[in-house]
Amino acid sequence: MNYFNEKIETMSREDMKALQSERLIDLVKRVYDNVPYYRAKMDKINLKPSDIKSIDDISKLPFTTKQDLRANYPFGLFAVPKKEIVRLHASSGTTGKLTVVGYTKRDLEDWAECGARSLAIAGCTNDDVVHISYGYGLFTGGLGMHYGSERLGAMTIPVSTGNTMRQIMLLRDFAATTICCTPSYAIFLAEEMEKANIKPSELSLKIGVFGAEPWSDSMRIEIEKRLNIKAYDIYGLSEISGPGVSMGCGDKFGLHVMEDYFYPEIVDVDTLEPLGDNEKGELVFTTLNKQGIPLIRYRTRDISELKHETCPVCGRTLVRMKRVQGRSDDMLIIRGVNVFPSQIETVLLGISGVIGSHYKIIVDRIGNLDVIEIQVEMSEAIFSDEVKSVEKVRKDVEHDMQSMLGIAAKITLVSPNSLPLSEGKTARIEDKRKI
Amino acid sequence: MLVNQIAVFLENRAGRLQALAKTLSDAKVDLVSLNIADTSDFGIVRMITSDNKKAESALKLAGFTVKSNDLIGIEVEDVPGGLTNILLGLSEEGVDIEYLYSFAHTKEKKAIILFKTSDVEKALAILKKHNIN
Repeated sequence: MNYFNEKIETMSREDMKALQSERLIDLVKRVYDNVPYYRAKMDKINLKPSDIKSIDDISKLPFTTKQDLRANYPFGLFAVPKKEIVRLHASSGTTGKLTVVGYTKRDLEDWAECGARSLAIAGCTNDDVVHISYGYGLFTGGLGMHYGSERLGAMTIPVSTGNTMRQIMLLRDFAATTICCTPSYAIFLAEEMEKANIKPSELSLKIGVFGAEPWSDSMRIEIEKRLNIKAYDIYGLSEISGPGVSMGCGDKFGLHVMEDYFYPEIVDVDTLEPLGDNEKGELVFTTLNKQGIPLIRYRTRDISELKHETCPVCGRTLVRMKRVQGRSDDMLIIRGVNVFPSQIETVLLGISGVIGSHYKIIVDRIGNLDVIEIQVEMSEAIFSDEVKSVEKVRKDVEHDMQSMLGIAAKITLVSPNSLPLSEGKTARIEDKRKI
Repeated sequence: MLVNQIAVFLENRAGRLQALAKTLSDAKVDLVSLNIADTSDFGIVRMITSDNKKAESALKLAGFTVKSNDLIGIEVEDVPGGLTNILLGLSEEGVDIEYLYSFAHTKEKKAIILFKTSDVEKALAILKKHNIN
């Protein structure tokens, strides 16, 4: 089997628990001493670092949420002095405020290790050529896979997103064996290749590592067929580190969690009580080894299940998490971008030509590409007999939405009072995608 | 002359124009002219009816977004060149036209031209100068 770190990846449960316990004890001390916010939270429930004696005590600790990150924007939850932070990443947050994460040198090394392990789980070695089409920038996808691939020793090609014909040329000329991108981009790539009459056999691709957005098994089969590769699922979120929190080996149940770094729990969505193996609930992570911005029991809002048995496919003992099956909040993932309805509402409320509180969001997948349509009621006052005045409002919404969300949305103006008054947020969202 | 027109916002989905027409027929309002300006996302129906006030209130009651405004209306001979001369007069004086449409009185052999301009006063003065009403 192709292990990157065999000792960890096949560690016995007892040894793993011992390692996790040791790291958790250290982590709780560090955050208690260095992050006033955590200290206050623990003091409030009368919890001392010394109460945490093993990984089994983790459920005594309070949860951390995205709201906590926002409330402490930008650096409030950092547990080391700023000079020890060597990199920042950020992802979109609910009201336009970014979620900021900082990495120390060691954090980046740990993350690269996770990326390298992930690629190895997909079967990559230092003989491979890895083409990375995730965005490079504040988004963790590009740089995360980049350093993982370098750590593995593979030839790493930092292509980033866009210019698909050029990507196809590079794939062919550099003979990439592995591609990392979103699954919808993989489909788009296949379509563009078909249009340009370039056959998969002209490329050297064998492996695809796909993540950053939810995808279905039927999409996996389609990608494998059209690009003639094996497609693997990678999971991550910037708050925890980025891609490589867990990685699928082809096993039907799910993805191996790098649990020596990221301790996963599944909790009941309503009671927040921890659940056992094979029980469906919200995925919660504790970043056991992180220095820059350690998170304790961070609620991902992703719905999953865990299984602690040794993997029948690859023999790894790393706990498996089921492919994410939904969200416990109303966040939408569109073309890999996190979109919160509240962000959309904020934009709409800022434009005088529309009634910002009356809107509907429709998400669909057309030809494997996510599309988002926002219907919003036009205000009666701006309506006139001339097309240009109405069109200007529509364009304003379109423009502001693009700069807020980072993706294009189709804006449809509808008559005042034509959208049903919402009975709660989810009634305003129609997700037609079948994932 | 000034002609009152009502403009109605039309969402781009099936059945909206039919709903509009039905609202008018239920209110026993007759259409004199009907014109639709459309984009890929929405349309604006511009119309003149037998009773604009009645039409406007019926449409508002039915949930449509309606605005009424005045257009300049001129009667021209329904012969080649009828429109050209008038437009020449307007363009020479720098009056621009936002949009224009027409309908024909088949019995009287006359065409009615309706147009929207930003400078109504000036346009009316020019038309008067050319003896056009």
